[in-house]
Amino acid sequence: MEPQASNLLDEALGFHGHANPGRPGGRFVLIEDCLDTSGAVVLHHLIKRSLVSHPYSVVIFLAFNHPFAHYDRILRKLGCNLAAQRDNSRFFFIDMLMCQCPDDGKIPQFWLTGLFEKIEGLISSLHPDSKNFVTIMIDDVSLFEVAANGSSNDVLDFMHYCLTLTSEFDSTFVALDHKDIYLDGEKPILILEMEYLADILIKVEPLATGLAKDVHGQLTVMNKETQNPQISSPIKIRNFHFRIKENSIEYFYPGTKAW
Amino acid sequence: MSASKTQVSSFSPNVPNVTSPQNPGLKRGPNGTTFVSSGIPDLDKILGGGFSLGSLVMVMEDADAPHHMLLLRNFMSQGLVHKQPLFYASPSRDPRGFLGTLPNPRSFEDEKSRDLPHPPSFEDEKSREHDPSNDKKLRIAWQYEKYIGEPQRNISSSNGARHDYCNDFDLRKPLERQFFNGAHVDCVSIKDLTNFTLLQDQCATFLAQFSRKESKVSPAGRIAIQSFCSPQCKYSNMEWQMLSFIRSLKSMAQSSNAVVVVTFPSSLPSPSCSKRLQHMADTLLSVKAIPDEDKEMEKLLTGYKDMVGLLNIHKVARLNTQVPLILETTTFSLKLEKRRFLVLECLNQAPVDGSSGDSYGKSGGCSGSTKAGPLEF
Repeated sequence: MEPQASNLLDEALGFHGHANPGRPGGRFVLIEDCLDTSGAVVLHHLIKRSLVSHPYSVVIFLAFNHPFAHYDRILRKLGCNLAAQRDNSRFFFIDMLMCQCPDDGKIPQFWLTGLFEKIEGLISSLHPDSKNFVTIMIDDVSLFEVAANGSSNDVLDFMHYCLTLTSEFDSTFVALDHKDIYLDGEKPILILEMEYLADILIKVEPLATGLAKDVHGQLTVMNKETQNPQISSPIKIRNFHFRIKENSIEYFYPGTKAW
Repeated sequence: MSASKTQVSSFSPNVPNVTSPQNPGLKRGPNGTTFVSSGIPDLDKILGGGFSLGSLVMVMEDADAPHHMLLLRNFMSQGLVHKQPLFYASPSRDPRGFLGTLPNPRSFEDEKSRDLPHPPSFEDEKSREHDPSNDKKLRIAWQYEKYIGEPQRNISSSNGARHDYCNDFDLRKPLERQFFNGAHVDCVSIKDLTNFTLLQDQCATFLAQFSRKESKVSPAGRIAIQSFCSPQCKYSNMEWQMLSFIRSLKSMAQSSNAVVVVTFPSSLPSPSCSKRLQHMADTLLSVKAIPDEDKEMEKLLTGYKDMVGLLNIHKVARLNTQVPLILETTTFSLKLEKRRFLVLECLNQAPVDGSSGDSYGKSGGCSGSTKAGPLEF
């Protein structure tokens, strides 16, 4: 075993044995969850992974869901001090909780342009060494849509811009969205297009038999980058269970864990 | 190896649920959260202490029955008993009228009759007289008890440290006037609301008093919004505005010492909008009526006749932590104890005769499942 033990999720994401262990470079990671099982866990894991992977790595976090204190407390238990990283200008928390696109008939593009320019400005102001280790995260896209008064197309455009930006710098874009919103959908275009664009798709689902004390849900990781010879595993879709604890998450294949 | 690892990492400090002495309506929970009571002792227990301050609680209504009102009433009454300011919005023309239907906490007599099954006998009286520790004051209080106003009695009953944090509410008695004295209650009608700016501003001003930054021991506030997006409100074509209102309400609540309870009919807005609302909730409950004469159900469930409805718990607020709260069971029956007090009970499946999987059925009666069906076995 390696000193920094990687778990099943890291392996599935391609962290394991990758040239840049600890971060997937130039990729779009989409996390889909549903009402019963929250995908926030994966997001927290990725924040930590991104920050500890490289001394220059930077995370830009667009928070629509929770205040900073929430993430700070969780990440502290995971062994990552967000407040300190924020002071070191390695974690940029963009508080979007109260931001709402002005609803006066104007198209929300101005509002989104402003937001994008902010992110662009942040990246361009970074140390040149950091520029290639940027991760942009959105928590979560469905609330982003609400903040943009429901104009999914503009949100999609914004994500396209972000993707272009991240691919330019070989950095990573992570988005969380709730799949079940779009299931009986009038407008599934957003989720469909995101799924198409995503290089890695992580589905967080409850067990078919309901939640249990020992197994909190299952992850399905679809890694579309199989042509990359550096990825050791030829398996395209991986499915495993997880159990969340305060300071760690256990991943295991179905049926391999006995309590 | 795995066993030892499990032991180490599953360590979690067991934070005692302490009621803060200055403020009996608040209880400290784990991860720096503070609870206020939902007004239903059983629900508090199930949720691990009550509703977290700063959380958004959403209740999905049943179109056929007003069970969500039971939850709202107890929630509001509990707030008034604790002297917590209240903001109430409803689609009715006269929302203030609803305050007249709030239940009263279990009265002192009830409490006493429950605590002391036998009325004080003559011996008790005598021993009281001879006991040197009983001073004159106490005897006067005993003799003139009926002349002493309700507040003192309540204080004395709460000194018993039984119902400081959460009261039992007697649904048959209206909340007594004295609880309204000096109470800060805002009532707003959301009927024919054409835009949410006004309501949002009202909520913002209300929540501004509970801002977390100002002082640490500020009182908690409660916001109750009843039947949000019901047809009376006439904003079915404004789903995005509705969603952004709830979103901003949630954000405002997150930075204040307040709990927001919103009930909404989940079938009325479009499915995706309803799902979005459910995702926004920190704590998500749903109530369901049960059909009056369902013979099959009656056979299946014990105590079916006493049930007034079912309560489903879909999501429990997890602030400042990522570990989900897994409940033993997510469906509870709403019952009225003595036709007065709201209690929640696990569903008990009656033994099915002649069935081969008898023991299996019994053990599986309360298994937890998250599927939204009203009954699951």
